[in-house]
Amino acid sequence: MQDRYISIEGISREYPAPGGGTTKIFDDLWMSMSRGEFVAVIGHSGCGKTTVLNILAGLDAPSSGVVIVDGKAIEGPSLDRAVIFQSHALLPWKTALGNVAYAVSSRWPRWSRAEVNAKAMAAIKLVGLEAAADRSPAQLSGGMKQRVGIARALSIDPKILLMDEPFSALDALTRGTLQDEVRNICIETGQTVFMITHDVDEAIYLADKIVLMTNGPGARIAEIVANPLPMGRTRNDVHRHPAYYPVRNHIIDFLVSRSKSFDSEIAAGKPWDSRNPPLVNPAIPEPATLAQVAVAAGAEQAQATQQVFTQAQRRRTT
Amino acid sequence: MTQSIEVRASLVSALILVTFLLVWHLAVTGGGSGQAMDPEYAKLMGITATQGKSAMPGPLDVGATLWGHIKDPFYVRGTNDVGLGLQLGHSIMRVMAGYLLAMAVAIPVGFLIGMSPLMSRALDPFIQVLKPISPLAWMPLALYTIKDSGTSAIFVIFICSIWPMLINTAFGVANVRKEWINVARTLEVGPLRKAFTVILPAAAPTIVTGMRISIGIAWLVIVAAEMLVGGTGIGYFVWNEWNNLSITNVITAILVIGFVGMLLDQGLARLGRFVTFPE
Ligand SMILES: Nc1ncnc2c1ncn2[C@@H]1O[C@H](COP(=O)(O)OP(=O)(O)OP(=O)(O)O)[C@@H](O)[C@H]1O
Ligand SMILES: [Mg+2]
Repeated sequence: MQDRYISIEGISREYPAPGGGTTKIFDDLWMSMSRGEFVAVIGHSGCGKTTVLNILAGLDAPSSGVVIVDGKAIEGPSLDRAVIFQSHALLPWKTALGNVAYAVSSRWPRWSRAEVNAKAMAAIKLVGLEAAADRSPAQLSGGMKQRVGIARALSIDPKILLMDEPFSALDALTRGTLQDEVRNICIETGQTVFMITHDVDEAIYLADKIVLMTNGPGARIAEIVANPLPMGRTRNDVHRHPAYYPVRNHIIDFLVSRSKSFDSEIAAGKPWDSRNPPLVNPAIPEPATLAQVAVAAGAEQAQATQQVFTQAQRRRTT
Repeated sequence: MTQSIEVRASLVSALILVTFLLVWHLAVTGGGSGQAMDPEYAKLMGITATQGKSAMPGPLDVGATLWGHIKDPFYVRGTNDVGLGLQLGHSIMRVMAGYLLAMAVAIPVGFLIGMSPLMSRALDPFIQVLKPISPLAWMPLALYTIKDSGTSAIFVIFICSIWPMLINTAFGVANVRKEWINVARTLEVGPLRKAFTVILPAAAPTIVTGMRISIGIAWLVIVAAEMLVGGTGIGYFVWNEWNNLSITNVITAILVIGFVGMLLDQGLARLGRFVTFPE
C-alpha cells in the first residue's frame, strides 16, 4: 500500500528564540503519503502545522531533514502542488475571477485570454461564486474569499493539494457543500491531499489518515489514525457508523490531554519511534480495553464494538 | 451629512476669501493715499518713497493684471517681455523633463534596492549623504559641467525629485506582503512577470505617494532655480518683475505658481486613487 509518493523524512524547523538561541517548533517528523491519499493534520494552534505545509509547498525549508515528492527532494514551489492559504492570500487589486485567472494563466501561459477566463470561470462556478466573480476581494466576506482561494487552487489541476484550514471561515451549510465538492474532485482526479484542520468531524469525513501532532515547541507526530470509515461514506451517515465515535473520541482525547502529556508518556517508557509513528485504528481496541468497555458500558455497546472489530479485521485480511 | 459638511466648508472658505480680499482692499486704499495724510506723518512713514507704480497693489489691480495675462498668455514682445503662459510653459517643460528623468532612474533603482537587501545596504550611505543636500547647492556644479542654464535647471529638478521616489519605491517594494509573493512563488511565476503583476501593483500606492512628494518639491525648486539661472520660466518672470518693481505682476505670478502646483498635485492624487486597492 505504501508507495511513498510524498515522504517526509526527519524534518525539523528552528526559529531564533527571542532571548538568543533557537526554538525548535517541531522535531524529527517522519511520515509518508501514497498517491491519491487524503491526509488531515490535527494539532493545537502554534504546533507548526502551517510551517510543515509551507515546507511541503516549497515556500519554506526545513532546518534539517528532507521532503521527497515523487522521488525528488523538494527544492522550491511547484505548480504541481497547489496551496490553499490559511490567510486566503488573494491579490486585492484583482477581482475574484482575476485571481483565479492569474493562476490559470500561470499554469498554461500559452492559453488565450478566452480559454483562461473560461477555465477560471469554471472553477469559480464550482465554488458557487459566479455572482461575485467580478467583485474585488475587499467586497467579499471571509467565507467567499476562502472559496476563491479554493477555486484558485483547484483551477490549475494540481497533483497535490495543500490546504491550510480551507473551510474554517465558512458557515455550516457552505462548508458541507464545499467539503462534498472537494472530496468528489479529489476522488475523481486521484488528488493527493494534505489538509490542516481544527475540525475533528471534517477530518473524519474527508481524510484517509489523520495525523496527530503534539503541542509545540518540539512538536512531534504522536500517531497516525487510520480512518476506519468506509470509502463510500457520505456526510449524513458518517456519525451513524459504529466506528465513528471511537475515532472521534480517540482524537478528542488526544487533543484534550495526550497532546500535552505525550512527552512524559514517552519519558515513562512508552514504546514509540519517531521514524515510524504508530498507525492506530481506534475502532479496533486492544483486547484489554475491550474487556473494560464490556464491564463498564454493558454488553450492548461491547457487542457493537466487537462487531466493528471483526469487520475491521475482515477488511484487513481481504 | 457629508454633503452638508462639504457645503458648509465651502461657505466658510468663501467667507474667509471675501474677508481677506476686503481687508486687503481696505488696507491698500486706506494706506496708499498718502495725500490725505499729514505730510509730516507721510514722510515719517516713508510712503513718498514707495509711491506710484511700486505702491502695494490691491486685489482689483491684481485681478485686472491676472485677467490680462489669461486673455493673452502667449505674447512675445522682446526677450524680457514674454507672456505668462509661455513662461509657465518653460517651467513646466523643465519640471517634466527633470521629473521624468528622475522617475526613469528612481523607480528601477528603487526596485533593485527593495528587492535586494544587499543593494539596500550598499547604497544606503550614498542616499543618506546625497538626500539632505539642497538641490540649489548643485547649481554651480551643474552650470560648470553642463554649461547650459536650461539644462542645469533640469538637472536640479532631477536631483531634487529623485529621492522621495527612490525611497518610497524601495520601501514599497521591500514591504510587499509575503503572502502575495508566496502566491506568485507557488504558481512558479517568473521574476519579470512577478515584478509587473505582483510587486508593482502592490507597491504602486507607495510609489505614487513618493511621486506626489517629488512633484511638489520639483515645483518648489524650479522657481528658485529659474531665479538663479534667468532667461525664461516663471521663476525668472518673478525676479524680472521684482526688478521692474511691478508688485502686481509678482503677486499675480505667485497666485499662478500656487495654482499650477495644486494642479500637479491633484493630478498625482488622482493617479494615487487609481492605483490604490481596498483591502
Ligand atoms: N517567522 C517566524 N519567526 C519566529 N517564529 C515563527 C515564525 N513563523 C512561525 N513561528 C512560530 O512557529 C510556530 C508554528 O507556527 P505555525 O504557523 O506553523 O502554527 P500552526 O500550527 O499553523 O498554528 P495555527 O493552528 O494557529 O495556524 C508558532 O509558535 C510561531 O510562533
Ligand atoms: Mg496555521
